[in-house]
Amino acid sequence: MSNFSVGFREEAHIRILDLKGELDAHTVSELEAALQKCREDKNHHIIVNGAHLQYISSAGLGVFMAYIEEMREAGGDIKIAGLQANVFNIFDLLGFPLLFDIVEAEEEAIRKFDADRNEKNES
Amino acid sequence: MPESAHSLSIPSAAQHLGKVRRFVEKHAREARLGEEAIAHIKMAVDEACANIIEHAYDDARQKISVLVRVDSERFTVCIRDRGRSFHPESWSKPNLFRIAESRRGGGLGVQIMRSLMDQVEYSTQGDTNEVRLTKFRCGQPGRNGGKTV
Repeated sequence: MSNFSVGFREEAHIRILDLKGELDAHTVSELEAALQKCREDKNHHIIVNGAHLQYISSAGLGVFMAYIEEMREAGGDIKIAGLQANVFNIFDLLGFPLLFDIVEAEEEAIRKFDADRNEKNES
Repeated sequence: MPESAHSLSIPSAAQHLGKVRRFVEKHAREARLGEEAIAHIKMAVDEACANIIEHAYDDARQKISVLVRVDSERFTVCIRDRGRSFHPESWSKPNLFRIAESRRGGGLGVQIMRSLMDQVEYSTQGDTNEVRLTKFRCGQPGRNGGKTV
């Protein structure tokens, strides 16, 4: 039985994915399906909330890397929020903060998306 | 601390990775390792087994054996398979930006093992491949001191 799940929420133009449980090579297909759904819905502004993500392996990290360029090219982003310390340490160890916008709280990620949007509207 | 050894055998399928993580966590806790060391060992072992499942074997009925050895100096996990061998000399450190540009995930497992463990050693004897992951208990090479042999 899988002990990983992805929940969907909407916040204005942003799709929020709530990850829960252990994300490994077995459960990663659920995250891939969730991002595939975002792509099909043409929703490229994504926040991954990892507050209830207990574990991530390279399989899970690889999925974020597979989608990040596509989301940014479409004018969006994948922002990662709320990671537990042990999970953040793995992202940090591999240098993910250089490639991804990783913030402490979901609200901060929302503010950043809003700021990006306002900047685009002004320019 | 008395020496001890524990073994587990799993089929070559990702659905068994959680079982492997719980197995090594149990014995790392019994060995009274710290929380960070336990988390590192679990993840490194997960990556080693996932690599075997993805790259060494084609058949989920084939077996992966996981052997934990504990003594006063180190906590060692040997992971064995009889599939295609990994050649560490062909490995180079992955570049995150290039992986992202290619829009393909993957290629981070060995880097994770090296970063989290004090030693990562590969060997092949006959038809059996072994990756040996070692975490020293104390006063030994620490995080990022991992060597791949």
